[in-house]
Order: sequence, then C-alpha cells, then structure tokens
Amino acid sequence: METHDAAVFKRHIRQYIGVFVALLVATVLTVAVSYVHFGAEDSHVGNVTVAMIIATVKAALVAGFFMHLVAEKRSIYTMLATTGVFFVALIALTVFAFYDSPGSHDALKGGRVATEAVAHGH
Amino acid sequence: MDIPYTVQPREDTGLFNAKVGIWLFLASEVMLFGALFSSYILLRIGSPDWLYGEAKHLNIPIGTFNTAVLITSSITMVMAWASLKLRQFDKYKLYLGLTVLLGLVFMVVKGFEYRDKFQHGLLPATHTFYAIYFTLTGLHALHVLGGMAVNAYLWGPGSKMWRTEPERLTNRVEVSGLFWHFVDLVWIFLFPVLYLL
Repeated sequence: METHDAAVFKRHIRQYIGVFVALLVATVLTVAVSYVHFGAEDSHVGNVTVAMIIATVKAALVAGFFMHLVAEKRSIYTMLATTGVFFVALIALTVFAFYDSPGSHDALKGGRVATEAVAHGH
Repeated sequence: MDIPYTVQPREDTGLFNAKVGIWLFLASEVMLFGALFSSYILLRIGSPDWLYGEAKHLNIPIGTFNTAVLITSSITMVMAWASLKLRQFDKYKLYLGLTVLLGLVFMVVKGFEYRDKFQHGLLPATHTFYAIYFTLTGLHALHVLGGMAVNAYLWGPGSKMWRTEPERLTNRVEVSGLFWHFVDLVWIFLFPVLYLL
C-alpha cells in the first residue's frame, strides 16, 4: 500500500509539472509581447513594466513551488523579508541618487565618452 | 564528532542547519545581483545612446532556447530530490544527471554566443551595454558552473552516502537544488532585461 508521504510527493510532482508548463508558456509570452510596443511611442516604460510583471510571476512560481516557499518555516520568511527590504533600498537609493544630483547625468556621459575613447584607442 | 542538525531540525529554527545556511547565502546573492541590477538601471537611464532591439546583436531565439534549458533543468533538479524522498535512487541518478547535462548545454550555448560577440568585435569596452551584459551573464555563468560542480559531485562520488545516510543525502540534494533554482530565477530576470528590453 502506498504510504501517506508517497501520496503527498506524487501530488507535489503533478504540481511541479504544472509549474514547468506555466514557466515555458510564460517564456514564450515574454518574447511575444516584446514585439508589441506598449505605452507612449518614444518610451520603453510600458514594455519594461510588462516584461517585469511576467518575470516576477515566473520568479514567484520558481520560488514558491520549486524552492518550496509556499510552505516554509517562519525563520526563512523572516530572513527573506529582511533581504527584500534591503534589496528595495539598494535599488531605490541608487535611482534616487541618480535623480538627486543635476551633475550626475554629465558625469555618466563623461564616463561613457571615456570608455568609447579607450575602445577607439584615443 | 558528528556535525549536529544535518538531518534533525533545530528546535529554534525548525530546520536542518544546511537549509538555514543556504538561505542566508542566497540572501547575500540577492544583494550581489541586486547591486549589479541597480548598476544596469543606472547605466541604462544615464546613457544617451543605449542599445535597443537589433542594435544589441543578441540572438533572441538562442536566448529563449537557453531560458527553456534552465527551466527544464529546474524541474529535473526538483524531480531528483523528490525521487530520493520516494526512495527511487535510480530515478534520482537519472534526473540529477539530466540536470548536470542541461547545465552543460546552457554553458555551451552561452560559449557560442560569447564567441560570436568576440568575433564581431563586440567586447565589454565596445559599449556600456556590452560592459554590463558581459558582467551580468559572466557572473551568472560562474554560478551555473558552481551549481554543476556540486550537482556532479552529488551524482557521482557524493551519491554513495545513500547507502549509509539516505536522509542526509536527500537534504544535501535539497540544498543544492535551492541554489540551482536561484540561478534559474536570476536568469528569468536577465533574459528579458538583456535580450528583449
């Protein structure tokens, strides 16, 4: 007779296959929507938003099911929540810093020009 | 002396120690890739001539293929762990072997992509886009290599543990799997960010 554990794992395996199919479909969808332009004509914001939404859903499926985060211990959730706060702060701080200083645009352009100069042997 | 909590969960965390360890490591990895993603954002919004679409000379079908390869390797990885839980050692060997092979396929395809870029003179110094492209994909490829090395060990010599400490081997495979899935997860973001947007 099949044990309770074996039955549970067989149900999990069906879930894994479902997630796998969903990930493949989402990959095709990501590529397909990249050929459509979203939002204002001269802006990429719409496309970036759509692509990031699909990628986040895919990442949530991988983390939730393959990495078992849908049913994990509290200590791991605490650890990840802390990481999430620092991750958001890291991204936000760099972006805020960029828009904070009017000179930073010129500094970046200068860096790029210097890089091109090196590439062209000047 | 035996290493404590390799199988039994600790009372305070409710987990075996290696699982706490790998999640802490993955948390540091989130910050590592986070720093590089924020660099990407900064470089992109600060560049007056960022490369879009065909100007990048990146092959989208090949990138899509490699994405599918990594996703497939994630399910074979989780199936390897589930096979050990179901006491099916032969299936474990099959699935983990496939995971390592799929990692190899990913690396070979990436190698061809790199060679193509170099042959066309597209180097990190060519453009800011290629600088961040090679940094992000190179660091990711190193992670794939690291994961392949651990999985190859668990498939080969490391699998002997099945005869003496099956629960401990199962936990090792789970921990290795968590790392492997994380590498897949990073690629899920890298693919659209570098190839499509």
